[in-house]
Amino acid sequence: MESIGDLLNGFAVVLSWQNLLYMVIGIVLGVIIGVLPGLGGANGVAILLPLTFSMSPTSAIILLSCIYWGALFGGAITSILFNIPGEPWSVATTFDGHPMAQKGQAGEALTAAFTSSFVGALFAVIVITLAAPLVASFALQFGPAEKFSVFFLAFCSFVGMGKEPPTKTIAAMMLGFALAAVGTDTVTGQLRLTFGSTELLGGFDFLIAVIGLFGIGEILLTMEEGLSFKGKAAGINPAVVLQTWKELPRYWMTSLRSCLIGCWMGITPAGATPASFMSYGIAKRASKNGDKFGTGEIEGVIAPETAAHAAGTSALLPMLSLGVPGSPTAAVLLGGLLIWGLQPGPLLFVEQKEFVWGLIASMYLGNIVGLVVVLTMVPFFAAILRVPFAIIAPVILVICAIGAYTVHNNSFDVVMMLVFGVAGYFLKKCNYPMAPLVLAIVLGDKAEEAFRQSLLISQGSLGVFWSSGLVATIMSLGLIALFWPFLSNLYGRILTPAFRK
Amino acid sequence: MSNPPDDPDSVGPRQRHVELGVAAFMVVLGAITIFGSLKVGIGWGAEGPKSGFFPFWIGLLIVGTSVFNFVWAYITPNRKLFAEWGQINQVLKIVWPMAIYVAAVPWLGIYVSSALLIIGFMRWLGHYGWPLTLGVGLGLQVIIYVTFEKWFLLSLPKGPLEDLLGL
Repeated sequence: MESIGDLLNGFAVVLSWQNLLYMVIGIVLGVIIGVLPGLGGANGVAILLPLTFSMSPTSAIILLSCIYWGALFGGAITSILFNIPGEPWSVATTFDGHPMAQKGQAGEALTAAFTSSFVGALFAVIVITLAAPLVASFALQFGPAEKFSVFFLAFCSFVGMGKEPPTKTIAAMMLGFALAAVGTDTVTGQLRLTFGSTELLGGFDFLIAVIGLFGIGEILLTMEEGLSFKGKAAGINPAVVLQTWKELPRYWMTSLRSCLIGCWMGITPAGATPASFMSYGIAKRASKNGDKFGTGEIEGVIAPETAAHAAGTSALLPMLSLGVPGSPTAAVLLGGLLIWGLQPGPLLFVEQKEFVWGLIASMYLGNIVGLVVVLTMVPFFAAILRVPFAIIAPVILVICAIGAYTVHNNSFDVVMMLVFGVAGYFLKKCNYPMAPLVLAIVLGDKAEEAFRQSLLISQGSLGVFWSSGLVATIMSLGLIALFWPFLSNLYGRILTPAFRK
Repeated sequence: MSNPPDDPDSVGPRQRHVELGVAAFMVVLGAITIFGSLKVGIGWGAEGPKSGFFPFWIGLLIVGTSVFNFVWAYITPNRKLFAEWGQINQVLKIVWPMAIYVAAVPWLGIYVSSALLIIGFMRWLGHYGWPLTLGVGLGLQVIIYVTFEKWFLLSLPKGPLEDLLGL
């Protein structure tokens, strides 16, 4: 087990006072970001990314990934206490979490949610520890065609797994690719799609897009709904925690199932949100208390939280080993790696061993720190939500604007942020998914490069993508994922001809 | 949303119309992508596919899927509201100040613009008293200044006021 030794080295890197401090700061900031409307994992990390330019990459990734864990934890607080999902992946947590809080069991619900999150994350980190080095060493042999096929599969999964209409998913995704193409062509160095504008020479930065789409767009949506926060009191004490912990092992089957669903959905970039819904749905069907789901069943909190956190964490596996992030936040972290001068992908495990294993070790520690922080500081985080929206909203807008400015020290980016924000509001209201759009902006150049290099090798024949067993398999999986809604529909019709009448 | 009147148009724009608008806008974006790709060449050059090759197909896909979305929205009966006018008004109460804000940043600097945005917002929408409003509006600027300029050594845009103060 070479990876165990590497992991221990990773712990040695991480276990410094400075890094532990960054971990705590990251988790606290992350929970605050997760609790506040308009700030989420993706844009929170995007806003803080410029602050890390001067740090060492290892410290920087510890800070930023801990913000991500914190945001994952934080979503549960607002769902349970306020019935407002702070993050899309905690929508399913409101179904049973808030009824529990209304029954006066807020402490139990929060403990169950945090512990389940922790279990899900831990499971995913173990999967990463064991699988990532293998995937990476396998991927080292990939040529351009294989690389493109992995991108192809990742993007096709969005179409097949998403709950949005496929044509809208494709349209949003292609818009991302088009935005990524603006500026200098990375292969030939030629300018394109700038139409003579100097502002567009550098292309669209995905960080600006993330801050605008997720940050400003979210604020506009919150404003439209005219939210007023009315929450339940957060009573959590050691006795409740221990009591709940004693009860939790009974639901090991639900946990394990949710872990597996979460990891699967996280690695194929379907993401934490569908994972949490799917896990909730399956738990409801499998549980003997299934008919009581929705009235405050603890199992209905465990299932979505475990899956969401497992998915959110395992989204880093393809990001590290293949350079293909499994979620928008993972995409922002990947953007961070590029800015710090690291090349994400299989070579990372060879050339930047210390960094990779430091990050993986910090995932173990970060989640432990996270669990302790959220269990002890719930009342503080809940108090943040009681700050009225008329104060929070302009403060968040200013923070977003500063975040957008600091990416390139460019005032025009702040204008672009607002444009993306308004666009995000309309796209979201019309059911266009944001995640594939953002991932396409991040990966557009790389996907295009792999595509063009493959064509160069084959002298223009698309047959190169079916030239070997491996490429053909991945491409075929991609096509299946792409046409999945259609295929499953067809399958259903063939199986149940009577259903059509 | 109590008692929708007979004429929904008086309550707010329809979802269908907004969907049509978004799809049409996407068609235009796709067309721009195609046009820009054609300008740099979409064929086969000395180094393989030319710069416009990839975005050209991307543009075609945008136009294709968006035309489909447009037609779909057009033929599907949908009486749902996009939002009530009152809600749109709420959204505009953020969009307009933000538009003025981003326009002001290059002239006034980020600190003065941000303070004005927060103070204006809290007075206008929140109806808070001056002490709290000024406290949050100015206090946040101090926090931002110390965090960014002193701690992380990142310079934020400044305007005439900062010049006057010699910051």
